Amino acid sequence: MKNLVLGNEALAQGAIDSGISGVYAYPGTPSTEITEYIQTSKIAKELEIHSMWSVNEKTAMEAALGMSYSGKRALTVMKHVGLNVASDVFMNMAVSGINGGLVVVVADDPSMHSSQNEQDSRFYGKFAKVPILEPSNQQEAYNMMHYAFDLSEETQLPVLLRLVTRLSHSRSGVTFKERRAQNGIQLPINTDRFALIPSNARKQYNRLVEKKATLLEASEASPFNSLGQHKDRSLGIIACGIGYNYVMENLSEDLEFFSLLKISQYPLPKEKVKKLYQDCDEVLVVEEGYPLVEELIHDYFGNSSKVIGKLSGDLPLTGELTPNLVAKAIGLYRQEPSPVSDLVVGRAPQLCEGCGHTDLFNVIQEILPEIGQKKVFGDIGCYALGALPPVNAVNTLIDMGASITMAKGAADAGVKNAIAVIGDSTFTHSGMTGLLEAVNENTSITVVISDNSTVAMTGAQPSLAVGRLKKICLGLGVDPEHLKMIVPLKKNFKHNLQVLRNEVKHKGVSVIISERPCIRLSRDSKQQIKQKIATLN
Amino acid sequence: MKSNIILSGVGGQGILTLASIIDLAALSQDLFVKQSEVHGMSQRGGAVQCHVRISDQQIYSDLIPQGEADLILSAEPMELLRHFPFLKKNGWIITDSSTFENIVNYPDKHELYKQIKTHKNHIIISAKSCAKELGNSKVCNMILLGAAAEYIPISEEKFISAINYLFKEKSENIRLKNIEAFKIGQQKAKDFVEFAY
Repeated sequence: MKNLVLGNEALAQGAIDSGISGVYAYPGTPSTEITEYIQTSKIAKELEIHSMWSVNEKTAMEAALGMSYSGKRALTVMKHVGLNVASDVFMNMAVSGINGGLVVVVADDPSMHSSQNEQDSRFYGKFAKVPILEPSNQQEAYNMMHYAFDLSEETQLPVLLRLVTRLSHSRSGVTFKERRAQNGIQLPINTDRFALIPSNARKQYNRLVEKKATLLEASEASPFNSLGQHKDRSLGIIACGIGYNYVMENLSEDLEFFSLLKISQYPLPKEKVKKLYQDCDEVLVVEEGYPLVEELIHDYFGNSSKVIGKLSGDLPLTGELTPNLVAKAIGLYRQEPSPVSDLVVGRAPQLCEGCGHTDLFNVIQEILPEIGQKKVFGDIGCYALGALPPVNAVNTLIDMGASITMAKGAADAGVKNAIAVIGDSTFTHSGMTGLLEAVNENTSITVVISDNSTVAMTGAQPSLAVGRLKKICLGLGVDPEHLKMIVPLKKNFKHNLQVLRNEVKHKGVSVIISERPCIRLSRDSKQQIKQKIATLN
Repeated sequence: MKSNIILSGVGGQGILTLASIIDLAALSQDLFVKQSEVHGMSQRGGAVQCHVRISDQQIYSDLIPQGEADLILSAEPMELLRHFPFLKKNGWIITDSSTFENIVNYPDKHELYKQIKTHKNHIIISAKSCAKELGNSKVCNMILLGAAAEYIPISEEKFISAINYLFKEKSENIRLKNIEAFKIGQQKAKDFVEFAY
C-alpha cells in the first residue's frame, strides 16, 4: 500500500531519504508539518538528523548554511513571510554559494488562509538568481527533494523549493524510494567565497551571474518541465506548479487536442516557451500566485496580446486558483453552481474558551477609556484574534515583532500610553531587539508579553522563550521595578488591572509578563514546562 | 469510478479523523486518493472543511470543482449549507441535526432544516444524541460516517478495517465503540424516512 501523506510530509520524507543531516525551521502555517514530520520520524532519530526548532527563520537559514559549509546536506523550512526575515542570508548565500546541498523550502499561502499577505516566493528565487522548483503533487514533492539536493550540489547554489497551501495540506498516496547516506564533514576547499568582503563578493557575484546559462540549460532539460504539442494551434497552455493540476482536471480527457507546457523548474525554460508561443494562436498562463511567468513572457516577446492569464483578466490577480476558474479561462463551460443560502453566516476563528489571552484582553479593554483608543499594537499569534470582535482590543498586526517597535515609534511621535502586546515565542523571534531600543531611549511604552509557553497558533510547538523571559528582559536592561509578572485569570482581574494602570502611567519602559500556559496543552506538556521553568530559575 | 466528498463542520468536531478513515479504506482498496484539508487559524472554533476525492484513475486537482461533489457529509447543519455550490444536482447531503452555536448571529435552526429538506437526497440524523446514548460523545463522527457509508464506493469491510487500524493504539473499548457507532449510523440511514422537528 502507498503511504498516505500530506504534501508537506512527502517532502519531509524525501529530505530524509536524500541524506540530510539537519532541518532548521521556525513554525509557520502552511509549512509547519515538514519539520514536525522529521522531528517525530523514527529513522530521522536513528540517523541523528538535527530537527530542533530555531528561534526565527534567519537563524534557521544561517544554521543550515553552516551545516552546508561543513559539507553536509541541510534543509531549511519556512512560510512565505518567514523568507522576508531570512532574506539577508538568502540573498548572500546565493553569492557565496553553498558546499553540502542546501534546499530552502518556502510554503506560500495564496488566499491568505493563515497569513497577512500572499507574496509569491518565486520572485525571491529570481531575485537571488537561484534555481526554483515547484512541485505539482505529493509524489513529485517527494521525488523533487532528491533532485533538489543534487541540483544544489552540482550548481553549488541553494535551491528554492516553493510549495503552496493546497499542496502542503493535501494528502495522497506516495511511494517512497531508497534512502541514501548523509555526507561526511568536508570543509570547503577554498573558504574565500564564504568571506564576502567586497573584493571576494565581486568575484563571487560575477560567478553567480555566469551561472545563469547553466541554470537555463538545466531547466530546458529538466524532467519536471515537459512540452506536449498538438497540431491544433488555437490554444497553448503554460501550467506552473499546482496550476498543472487544475488544467489537467479540466483537460485530461481531451489533452491530445491541446499544446501544454508544464513548468516545475525555473529559470523559465525560454526555448520551450518560445516553441509553444510560436506554434499557438493564443497562450494561456496558469500560475498560482503573482503573474511572474506571464510578465516574463511579455518581456520575451513584447507586450503580446496573444498571451492571456492574470494580467489580461482571464484569471483573477488575487486569491488562489480553483478548477472552476481555470475552466473558465480555458473557455470550457461548467454548470453554474447553486448559490449559498442566505441563512449561512461567517464563522470566524476565535480564542478558545478559557484562553489566558482573553483574560488579558479583558484587562486591556477595561483600561482603554482611561488611556484613549487606538494605542494597542498587536503582533502575530493566536492573540491576533484580539483584533476581531468581540474582543476588539488590538489595533495593529503587521509582522513578527512589530508591536514593540511600532509602539516605540508612536511614542516617539508623541502618542502617550502606547501598549504593545506580543506572545512569548514572537518576542524571542523578533521582539527582543526592539525592546533593547526602547530601553536605550527609555521610551514610555508598556510591553505586555502574553506568555502561554508555546507556539500555539501553529499547533503548540515548544517555545524557546520558556523560563527565560524574565532574565532576557532584565538582561536587556529593563528596570526590575517595572518588570511585573501577572497571571491572567478571572479572579486576578482587579489586581492585573491595577498593575497595568500603574505601568502605563510610568514614564519609561515597562514590561508585564502575563503568564499562563495554553489551555490546549496536555497535562504532560504543562508539567514539562513547569519543570523547565523551575530548572532555569 | 470517481467519488467527490466534502466533509464539513467546526474545528474540533473530528472532521480530519473522518477523512483519514475514508482515505485509508480507499487506499486499501487500491484506489487513488486526494484529500485537501484546513490547518492553522481556522481550526480555532472556525468553519472547517475537507475535500476527499477517490477514484480508480489518477486524480489531479486537490480541490473538488464546484457542482461536482457526490456527497456532503457534515457534523453541523449550517456548515452543510455553506458548501452547497459544490454539490452535484443529484448528489447526497447527510448531516447531524445538532447545531454548533458559537456565534451571536447563528440562524434559526428550523429554517436550516427546512432548507436542507428542499434537496431531495438528504439524510438528517441526530448523531450527537445518539453518541451520548452510547456513552461516548466522541464517536459522533463515526455515526455520521456509518450513515454515509452507503453513498461512498467503499465496502463495509474496508471501512471497518480502516477504523480498526486508526484506533489500533487506543483501548479495545474505544475501538469497539467506534465500530459500534459506525454500524448504528448505517442503520440510522437505512431507517431514515423524514426528519421531524
